[in-house]
Amino acid sequence: MSYILKLYITGQTPNSLRAIENLNAICKELVQDYELRVIDILKHPQLAEDDKIIATPTLVKELPPPLRKIIGDLSNTEKVVLGLDLIKK
Amino acid sequence: MSELYDVNVGEQIPKLATGILGLDDIAAGGLPKGRATLLSGSSGSCKTLFSVQYLYESITRFDQGAVFVTLEETPTEIMKNVKSFGWDLQSLVTGKKLAFVDASPEPGETTAVVGEYDFSALLARIEHAGKKVGATRVVIDSVSAIFSQFSDSRLVRSELFRVIAGLKKMGLTSIITAERSDEYGDISRYGVEEFVSDNVIILRNAAEAERRRRTVEVLKFRGAGHQKGEYPFTLTGKGIEVLPLSALELTMPSSQVRLSAGNKDLDRMCGGGFFRDSIIMASGATGTGKTLLVTTFLNDGCMKGERTLVYAFEESRDQLLRNAKGWGLDFSKWEKEGLLKIVCAYPEVRSLPDHLLSMKAEIEEFKPKRIALDSLSAMERVSIGKSFSEFVIGITSYIKHKETAGLFTVVPSSMQSVTSVSESHISSLTDSIILLRYVELMGQMRRGLTVLKMRGSHHEKEIREFTIDGEGMHIGDQFHNVGGILSGTPTHIVSGESDKLRGMFEK
Repeated sequence: MSYILKLYITGQTPNSLRAIENLNAICKELVQDYELRVIDILKHPQLAEDDKIIATPTLVKELPPPLRKIIGDLSNTEKVVLGLDLIKK
Repeated sequence: MSELYDVNVGEQIPKLATGILGLDDIAAGGLPKGRATLLSGSSGSCKTLFSVQYLYESITRFDQGAVFVTLEETPTEIMKNVKSFGWDLQSLVTGKKLAFVDASPEPGETTAVVGEYDFSALLARIEHAGKKVGATRVVIDSVSAIFSQFSDSRLVRSELFRVIAGLKKMGLTSIITAERSDEYGDISRYGVEEFVSDNVIILRNAAEAERRRRTVEVLKFRGAGHQKGEYPFTLTGKGIEVLPLSALELTMPSSQVRLSAGNKDLDRMCGGGFFRDSIIMASGATGTGKTLLVTTFLNDGCMKGERTLVYAFEESRDQLLRNAKGWGLDFSKWEKEGLLKIVCAYPEVRSLPDHLLSMKAEIEEFKPKRIALDSLSAMERVSIGKSFSEFVIGITSYIKHKETAGLFTVVPSSMQSVTSVSESHISSLTDSIILLRYVELMGQMRRGLTVLKMRGSHHEKEIREFTIDGEGMHIGDQFHNVGGILSGTPTHIVSGESDKLRGMFEK
């Protein structure tokens, strides 16, 4: 199954960097086929508008449905897996 | 508290006018510029409407862009809700004057929180929207909603503090709305006032005696002046309108032109008639001839081609016409000629602030030279708390500004006594007071009249007897050998005694 993920960040803050690192680790380990876009709100504020983002980092799982949002630096792998309905390899 | 009303004007924080009617008067010019103001109120206290109006006026009146950050309702809902006021927000959005930052919760969407986060995204979006429309003002409505989305309220509080500091840095004058649970309890839920503490405005919608009374209070403006206390406001077709009663100034023009009361004897007793811009109070028990006084007063105006307006709170239009006819005066003719306007309504149909507003609107439109209010005591019946005295102050000052004569009738609480609540409220605001009293003498009810007060003019001091017949009021002679009429207990003075009394003063 193919995953489309968006990670919203606001500049290169420690939270942002941690979230990118954590997410990459989780995906590499658990998801075979995924597409991840990291969006910096400072550069693309209109995209955050469309997804109604107020807190960063926010991970949006667009596909497969249902749409899910996870706010935070994704430091708890178990909760992220649960939140994304990831099927273990 | 740190209200510094008496600091030098030069040192005060500059203000930004809101354009909301009456609010800038009680806020002494508007909201503190470049700062955040907390707008707190229970649910249904018009927080959102207040905020939208603040932005709408900003754009349409001052041509300054504005950003609305909504955390509760969707922009579509807000636009729909304020359409009834004739505010077309959609066109403002299209015209790049208004921008929404939509952070309303998506129904059915689940959001998990894993690890640390901050609200930089919100701030970045506000900044982006602000740049798009060249904003000077921003509203966040309401921050209480964000607390229910995130469980860690300590973190939310510190993050919101950062967002608001960011707004200040951008030089935006902002309103942050927050919910409160009690009308007279904590300032807001979740302790929001802890991070927007500089300026606080409270909206109330309190139920008193089975009626709702909306008020607005500027609780504090740090380093800037404002009026203190609660001021009533109401919703009109144009949005919120605050009645800045105590903020009114006594700067009415004063006139020397006299008006006739429609009764030559009464005019003579008043030293030549009422002043054109005066407020006259006629106080008397039921049946003492108050409505007759009103009728002749209005009739005299109509005969001179002046427009007259009468508010009848106790009688219907037909009753008034019939009464006038009974005294040989044709009111329906004046009505047809457009000189007389009769407004009949039960005081109960709306609240006093609403009455005041609709009366102002009618006076503004009809431009009368004489106004009669029959009776003011009926209004007192529906008043709660301070609203009656606020109403009286509001209407008297408005009438005076318009250089119009106002005749108010008042019923004292007991048949013969002088005092009544309304009299004590308004007697100092009126320029003339006429007392109409029953006088019980030798087993007969007779009527007595005196001019108690006539500001700026000589007037007769006698208590005269008067009679009412098919032609109206006839004022006769002074009561002789009777004392204690005004106190309500007339006593007959034996003639020998009265000679003695007279003798005392003649020497």
